[in-house]
Amino acid sequence: MTRKLGWFLAGGLLVALLLAGVVSNFASGSPDGLDATAREGCTFGADGEITGGTCMLQREEGHQMADSPLADYGIKGIDNPYLSTGLAGVAGVLITFGLGAGGFWLVRRREQKAA
Amino acid sequence: MDAQAMHIANGIVNGPVSAIFVVFAVAVLAVCVWKAQADLDDRLAPMAGLVAAFIFAVQMLNFQVLPGVSGHLLGGTLAVILVGPWVGALCVSTVLIVQCLLFADGGLTAIGLNITNMAILGTAAGYLLVAGLVRLLPKNPYGLGVTAFIASVVSVVVASQGFVLEYALGGTTQLSLPWISGTMAGTHVLIGIGEGLIAATTVATVARVRPDLVYALRTFRKPVTVDVEAVA
Repeated sequence: MTRKLGWFLAGGLLVALLLAGVVSNFASGSPDGLDATAREGCTFGADGEITGGTCMLQREEGHQMADSPLADYGIKGIDNPYLSTGLAGVAGVLITFGLGAGGFWLVRRREQKAA
Repeated sequence: MDAQAMHIANGIVNGPVSAIFVVFAVAVLAVCVWKAQADLDDRLAPMAGLVAAFIFAVQMLNFQVLPGVSGHLLGGTLAVILVGPWVGALCVSTVLIVQCLLFADGGLTAIGLNITNMAILGTAAGYLLVAGLVRLLPKNPYGLGVTAFIASVVSVVVASQGFVLEYALGGTTQLSLPWISGTMAGTHVLIGIGEGLIAATTVATVARVRPDLVYALRTFRKPVTVDVEAVA
């Protein structure tokens, strides 16, 4: 890897870390397009539970990883919501970069003789 | 902040149909890994890791599209332009797998559905448009930005209709399909416009700073030429 590419990657990662670590706290809390469509037709109680109607979300089942320390984009045990979301975002960016770059590095083309 | 569930949860589409799409997704991703090897060199591999990390970050940034409805980037088109279709589909899949396994977003049972819609259909639609538009539009940051915008809008709507197909095959409640299709298409046109603006800004910035790192500028620049390579 050339030194210039290293700088580009570092800059890109910094942008991603800022977006996931800081800007994420200003994201909209409304359900996204899929979720909103899935909720349409049902009425919801105070805790978000379905109280009536018919909608796609009706037969939703819990998530197998609901007990993950990073579940729902927060860090379990950190009460400050900004810190919790921000740190979860930072962790996600670093883990995704590590897995992605590591995985792609392993399957890359090796015959690097020309050029 | 409310818990954000952004992808298809468990139980929305029944078990058998979800399982079929897991098989489909695994098969397509295997082809992607095989085809991606030709593209992945020492420069593209870390770049692809960055693209995946960037998509993860931007997917956290839900933007309002209607009162009570938000949207977020899916990332297929952005990935196609920066790292190509095969590696791009793998980038989006990496994000979805991390989100599912660590962030409990997008059901584990539904992982095949989510990968099919966002990583496969969204990326494929984005690729077809990018491949066409890059040849028509000027090869500069502006042309690339316009390409990213148009391809993103179409790609996001196609991905949303992938869900409609899956729901038609195995939805767990009885609801009008034309209504679901229309509602999903309507909100996802708006989400696609948001994604298009983000993708256009991103690729235009990379094209300005490091045009050599933009896959779409490298690959579609000239009419197809065959590299004669001796393979041992």
